[in-house]
Amino acid sequence: MQRVKNTIRTEFYSVAFLFCCMATAAAADPSSTNVFAPQSTPAKSIFHLSLFVLAITGIIFAVVCTLLVYSLLKFRARSSSANSEPAQVYGSTQIELAWTVIPILIVVVLFMATARVVHAIQDAPMPASAVEVTVIGHQFWWEYRYPQLGVVTANELHIPVSDPAHPTPTFLQLLSADTDHSFWVPELAGKTDLVPNHPNRMWMDPEHTGTFLGQCAQYCGTQHAKMLLRVSVDTPEDFAEWVREQRQPAVADERVSAGKRVFETTACINCHSIKGTVANGRFGPDLTHLMSRSTIAAGAALNTPENLRLWIQNPDAIKRGSLMPAMQLSKSDLDALMGYLETLR
Amino acid sequence: MSSNAITVPGIRIEGKPLVETLHEWITTVDHKRLGILYVIYALGFLVVGGVEALIIRIQLMHSHNDFVSPQVFNRLFTMHGTTMIFFVVMPVMFGFANYLVPLMIGARDMAFPRLNAFSFWLSAFGGLLLYFSFLGGSGLYGAGNAPDVGWWAYAPLGARAFSPGHSSDYWTLSLLVSGFGSIGTAINIIATILCMRCPGMKLGRMPLLVWLYLVMGGMVLIAITPLSAAQIMLLIDRYLGGHFFDTQAGGSAVLWMHFFWIFGHPEVYILVMPAFAFCSEIIPVFSRKPIFGYPAMVAASVAIGLVSTSVWAHHMFSVGMNSYANTFFAITTMAVGIPTGIKIFNWIGTMWGGRIQFKLPMLFCLGFLFQFLIAGLTGIIQATVPVDWQLTLSYFVVAHFHYVIVGGILFALFGAFYYWYPKVTGRMLSERLGKWHFWLFLIGFHVTFDVMHIPGLLGMPRRIYTYEPGRGWDTLNLIVSIGAFIQAVAILVFVWNLIVSYFKGAKAGNDPWDAWTLEWSTSSPPPAYNFATVPVVASRRPLWDLKHPEDPDSQYE
Repeated sequence: MQRVKNTIRTEFYSVAFLFCCMATAAAADPSSTNVFAPQSTPAKSIFHLSLFVLAITGIIFAVVCTLLVYSLLKFRARSSSANSEPAQVYGSTQIELAWTVIPILIVVVLFMATARVVHAIQDAPMPASAVEVTVIGHQFWWEYRYPQLGVVTANELHIPVSDPAHPTPTFLQLLSADTDHSFWVPELAGKTDLVPNHPNRMWMDPEHTGTFLGQCAQYCGTQHAKMLLRVSVDTPEDFAEWVREQRQPAVADERVSAGKRVFETTACINCHSIKGTVANGRFGPDLTHLMSRSTIAAGAALNTPENLRLWIQNPDAIKRGSLMPAMQLSKSDLDALMGYLETLR
Repeated sequence: MSSNAITVPGIRIEGKPLVETLHEWITTVDHKRLGILYVIYALGFLVVGGVEALIIRIQLMHSHNDFVSPQVFNRLFTMHGTTMIFFVVMPVMFGFANYLVPLMIGARDMAFPRLNAFSFWLSAFGGLLLYFSFLGGSGLYGAGNAPDVGWWAYAPLGARAFSPGHSSDYWTLSLLVSGFGSIGTAINIIATILCMRCPGMKLGRMPLLVWLYLVMGGMVLIAITPLSAAQIMLLIDRYLGGHFFDTQAGGSAVLWMHFFWIFGHPEVYILVMPAFAFCSEIIPVFSRKPIFGYPAMVAASVAIGLVSTSVWAHHMFSVGMNSYANTFFAITTMAVGIPTGIKIFNWIGTMWGGRIQFKLPMLFCLGFLFQFLIAGLTGIIQATVPVDWQLTLSYFVVAHFHYVIVGGILFALFGAFYYWYPKVTGRMLSERLGKWHFWLFLIGFHVTFDVMHIPGLLGMPRRIYTYEPGRGWDTLNLIVSIGAFIQAVAILVFVWNLIVSYFKGAKAGNDPWDAWTLEWSTSSPPPAYNFATVPVVASRRPLWDLKHPEDPDSQYE
C-alpha cells in the first residue's frame, strides 16, 4: 500500500509540475493560448475544476496501472510451472461489488463538482454594468456590434478590463450569418459555438489589460484555419477613448477623393460598409476605421500597406479560399484606393 | 482455400482456373469467405486512410506549411475520418463477427447467408462510391470533387449554399448505402446468435465474444437508423426543397447535430465492443484462467450498450444547450465509465493468479488495456462539461479519440489478427516480424498521440490546415508527425507479415494456443461445413472440459 501511495504522490507531483511549467511558459509569452493560464473568472473556474479532475483521474490511473503492472510481473509464466495450469478462479462477488461501488462514488463526486461550475458559469446573471457585444460569425471573419455604444467593428474585439471591486464583465451574444463557428480565447473563457438560428451567450471579465489570442474552433469551411481573433483588453479610459473614435464617421479627406471614388464605384461597396458614405455592404468587415486595426483578413496578415495592397489584388496569396475576390484594379486606381483606405483611422 | 487441387490416386484433377476461383469468391455465401472478404476490404482501406493521415501530418509538420492547399486538406481529413470509421473499423469488425460467431457457437453458417453476401457487397459498394467522388464529384466550376464537409458534416455546411456541386452527395449516398449493409449484417449477427447455437450452448454459456457481438448488433440497429434517416433528410433538403437543416430557410443546425451524434456516439461503442470481445477471449487463454466474473462482464456489456445510447450530446457541450441538458449528459457520460471500469478490473482479475504468457496476441491486448485506461480517463476529463468547453474542438479531443480507436481498438484488433490468423489460414504469423510490428507501433503510437494532447491544451483547434507560428505548437506537431511515420512503418511490417506467413508460416494445427472455445476444435482452416458433427457443449469452455475430464467446468455450473 505504501508503494501505491508513493506512486500516487509522484504521479500527482509530476502532473502538477507539468502544468506549472506550461503556466510559466505561458506567462512569459504574450501570444499564449494556454488553457492553464487563465486570466478571467470563467477560465479560472474551469482551470480549478480541471486540476481537481486531473488529480482524481491521476489517482485512478496510478492505482489501476499499479495493479496491472503488479499482476504482470507477479503472475508471468515461469518455465518451472510451464506444464501445470493455475487454479481456475471464476470470480468473487465481494471484490466485484467493491469495484462497482467505488467508481459509483467517484462519479457522484465528479458530477457534483461539474454541476456546480456549469451553473456558476452558464447561469451567471448579467449585471447592469456589463458591456454587451453581439458577435456574428461569418465565413471567415468576425463581426462585432456594440448595441449600447453604437460601434461596429471586425476581428479585433475591444473590451474593458474588469476590476473585481467594480466588475464590468463583457457579455457576448453569439450569432452566425452562415455556417457554424466557435468563439475561443482560451485564457479568457471556454469556447461557445456560433450556430445559425440558435443564439448563444458567453461572458468574460479579464483582470489584466493586454492582447489575448484565439481563433475559430468549429470547422466552418475552406479557411477555418485563418479565422483568427484577438481580444484587446483595455483600461476603462482607453476603452472609452476607443469607443469615442469608433463612433466617428469615416474621415472625409478631399485629398483622397479619387480613391474614395474608386471604392464607391467598384464591387467594394457590395460587401463593405464605410460609415457616412454610400458603402453599406454587410457581407465583409466594416472598414470605417480600418486603420485602427492591427491585422487584416481576420488576423491572417499584419495591417501594413504592402499586405493591404496584396490583399486587394490577390487575396489568395494571403488566405486561399477566402470570400474576398481579387479586385483586378489598375495600378493608378489601386494607388488611389490605398491612399483612401490609409486615411480610415 | 487450400482445396484448389485434389489428388486422388490414379486420377489427377486440375486446380480450378483463376476466373472460376474469383467467381466463387464473388458469389460466395459462406460466412468464412465473407468474413475474409470484409477483412481484406478493410485492410485495403486502412492503407488508403493511413496515406491520407500521413499527408495531413506532413502538412502540419510546421506552421504555414504549403504542402497541400486548404481545399485538399479539408477533403483529406473528411475522407480520412469517413474511411477509417465506415470502411475500415466497421467492416473489419463485421468480418471477424462473420468468421468467428458461427464457429464459436457451433453453427455451420450465419442465419441468413444470402443477406450476409448482400450486406457485404452493399458496404463494399459504399466505399467505392465514396472514392469515386475524386473522379465524378466535380460538377460546378469551383466546386470540389471529394467531400470536404468533415466526417460529421455539420449543417448547414452540407446545404447546397455551402456545398455546391456533388461532393457531399457522394458522402451522403455512400454512407446511406453502406449503412444498409451494416443494418443487414447486424440483423444477421443477432439472428445467428439467438437461433443457431449448438445443443447445450445456453445464452449463459456463450463465449463473451459472442455476447459482445450480440450487444454490438443491437447497437448497430439503434445507431445506424438515425444516421440513415438524417442522410435521407439531407438529400431531401438538397434536391426536393426540404428545409430540415437548411438554416437559410429556417432549418435547424442543432437538429443535424443531434441526429449525427445519436448515431456517432453509440458508433464508438459499436467499434469498441468487438475490441472488448477480442480481449475477453485472448486474455483468459494467455493467463490460463477463465474470465473473471463472467456474469458481471455480460451485465457490464449490456449496460454499456444501454447507457451509451444516452450520452450523445456530450459532443455538443459547446453548442449552447442549457445547463440542465449539459449536466444530464455529463452524468450519463461519467456513468458509462462504471461498467467500463468493471471490465478493466475483471480483465486484471483474470490475469491475477494466472500464468501469463507474453505471446503476441496477449502483448497487443495489454497495450489495449493500458491505452484504453488512459483514453477512458481523458474521456472522464472531457465529460466534465466546463473543462470540455476548453478541450472540445481542440487537438486534445483528436488525441483522446485516437487513443480510443488506435490505442484501444486497433491494438485489440491486431491481437485478434495474431490470435485467429492460424485458424483462418492454417499457418502461424511470424513471431519475429510480429515483435517488430508491436514495438514499432507502440512507440509510434505514443510518440504521436501522447504528444498530441499538448497542442490542444495550448489552444490549437482541430481541422485547421495550417497554424500561426509563435504559439508553441511547431515542435509538438513535428514530433506528432514523426510518430505517424513510425506507425506507418509498423503497419507495413504487419502487412508484410500477413503475406509472408500465408506462404511460409509454421503450420498451426487445430489448436495452437491450447484454447477453450469451439473454433479450435475444428481444423485450420475449417472446412466449408465447419463441424463434421454438430458439437454439444456442457459449459462455457467446452475444450477445457475435453482436455481436463478430471476437472471439467461443467461440474461447477
